[in-house]
Amino acid sequence: MSAILEVDGLFKSYGTTEILKDINVSIDKGEFLVLVGPSGCGKSTLLNCIAGLEPISGGSIRIAGQDMTEVSPKDRNIAMVFQSYALYPTMSVARNITFGMQVRGVDKATQAAKLAEVARQLQIEPLLNRRPGQLSGGQRQRVAMGRALVRDPALFLFDEPLSNLDAKLRVEMRTEIKRLHQDLGASMVYVTHDQIEAMTLATKIVVMKGGIIQQIGTPHEIYTRPANTFVADFMGSPAMNLIPARAQPDGTGSMIEIARDGADPLRLHDPRPSGVSGDILLGLRPEDMHEASKRPGEASQAGEVRIEVVEPAGADTFVVARLGGKEVTSRLSADTLARAGETLEFRFDLSKASYFAPETGERLG
Amino acid sequence: MTDVPYAPPTQSRALKIALRWGLYLMLTVFALWYLLPLFVMVTTSLKSLEEIRTGSLIALPREVTLEAWRTAWSGACTGIQCEGLRPYFWNSVLLAVPAVLISTILGAMNGYVVAQWRFRGANIIFALMLFGCFIPFQVVLLPMARTLGILNIAGTIPGLIFVHVIYGIGFTTLFFRNYYVTIPAELTKAAKIDGAGFFRIFWSIFLPLSLPIIVVTVIWQFTQIWNDFLFGVSFSQAGTQPITVALNNIVNSTTGVKAYNVDMAAAIIAALPTLLVYVVAGKYFIRGLTAGSVKG
Repeated sequence: MSAILEVDGLFKSYGTTEILKDINVSIDKGEFLVLVGPSGCGKSTLLNCIAGLEPISGGSIRIAGQDMTEVSPKDRNIAMVFQSYALYPTMSVARNITFGMQVRGVDKATQAAKLAEVARQLQIEPLLNRRPGQLSGGQRQRVAMGRALVRDPALFLFDEPLSNLDAKLRVEMRTEIKRLHQDLGASMVYVTHDQIEAMTLATKIVVMKGGIIQQIGTPHEIYTRPANTFVADFMGSPAMNLIPARAQPDGTGSMIEIARDGADPLRLHDPRPSGVSGDILLGLRPEDMHEASKRPGEASQAGEVRIEVVEPAGADTFVVARLGGKEVTSRLSADTLARAGETLEFRFDLSKASYFAPETGERLG
Repeated sequence: MTDVPYAPPTQSRALKIALRWGLYLMLTVFALWYLLPLFVMVTTSLKSLEEIRTGSLIALPREVTLEAWRTAWSGACTGIQCEGLRPYFWNSVLLAVPAVLISTILGAMNGYVVAQWRFRGANIIFALMLFGCFIPFQVVLLPMARTLGILNIAGTIPGLIFVHVIYGIGFTTLFFRNYYVTIPAELTKAAKIDGAGFFRIFWSIFLPLSLPIIVVTVIWQFTQIWNDFLFGVSFSQAGTQPITVALNNIVNSTTGVKAYNVDMAAAIIAALPTLLVYVVAGKYFIRGLTAGSVKG
């Protein structure tokens, strides 16, 4: 497998403000890389740098093995889909799609053939003579994709392409992009602030904050083994619970002690040899807290907690309690016995737990 | 606090109608008031001198004659020559058309560059151009005369074109820049990735979008240049004077009885082209002025 994109030690600054700091990331052919982070984290800037639309202050960019650091956007063998679609308003859909080929001097017959192929693929044949202003959001999105597809580039770049669509259409188009990626086997870089989009689409996720990469990994790694509390909190909805606790070595594993309102501290046993001790933050996903009566298991991982709020959400019910002075959300089944104000016995699946240092937020063990 | 159920204020139907009619009445009165001078000009230009002397200012002509128009167009004296406005009218056309076109094209390019290619110092350059809009005409008269002399185009129509283009660039750039800032930068980015260069993007993407603002700019520039008197009188010589200067000469150089009918006809002829431009393109003018303020 050859690397299709290699970003090496990339720095980007405007004046004295550093936007991107020492970015190193690479993807192989056919990978789907998602850059995710809150607004202002530099993810769109990084994408623009890869596209060559923004000059970089340091480092290098290689696409398909060639150094593209100083190459102009049109020669980087890329195609890009923008958040606002950026369709040329005065041109028909067909001309929008063929404009790039026209500029590059591709002959008319090839243009027509490629246009027909892409139109069929995206099912936009009936729209070819319309103007962008006459299309719905979803149709514009398809045309923008068509403009990228027709180029048949080494690398596709997507800049939050779904954020202007309504919720239902967004889910549909998400599936469609994923299908397109599977069918084409194309390499893609995709920017989004939506962690669900990141999880569903990516083969590799880069989580960014303040221009610094927080973690790179597969969706599974990012979800189950977040590198720090920022990643833990950002990825997943509801977010991972971060509960202040004390850890003590206990045999091969450790004993975790969590303060509890109106009762003795909760004492839970983690059999894994994690080696943590002292003050820690216990990171536990909402789905790793179970209702004990429905999930028999070791008593050493169960305890009663008073319920504050019960939020039914159809398939699941979210139950909010308080542990270690923090609100803790658990994802229980819809037929849960939890009632606000009463206590409920939970079983905590510590084999899935993460531990973080309270001061730095870095992952322990 | 007590809850008072919300009751929409009610108005009787009769009152509503009365208010509406009052409004229309007021608007009609104002419209007539503003149209009065034009009415006097048109009627006076269609009267004979005899009738002007004896009749009332606002009376309709008893006998309609186009004699005054004929004289104004081709016989009235501007100083020692008596060729009417005709040669000067064509001077103005030869001056205004190229000056409007050149300044509009340059403004479009400038606006495109300043709005979409944010090079270092773009804002400073734009601010300086904007500043150019506020320089009073009188300030540039002497340096401009010197410049025209050095360029060897003093007293010629190309010289006047040059002056108006320079003076117009500030405004035309402002118009186009403000129009082009509302166009998302992503459009330029997409075109760059498609391989289009600076001029290709301007020509294929920005110009086709620009019709409303082109209309605004053309109307503005045409009105300015056609109606200009100061530059016209300062930088022209006999034979290259624009129509405004000739109009002044006709009105001010008659001796003996003032030919009000000829003066009025001449004034209307001088004003007709700008009027025509407004009537033809006025609809686009308003549309262009408000375009971009609402995202559509």
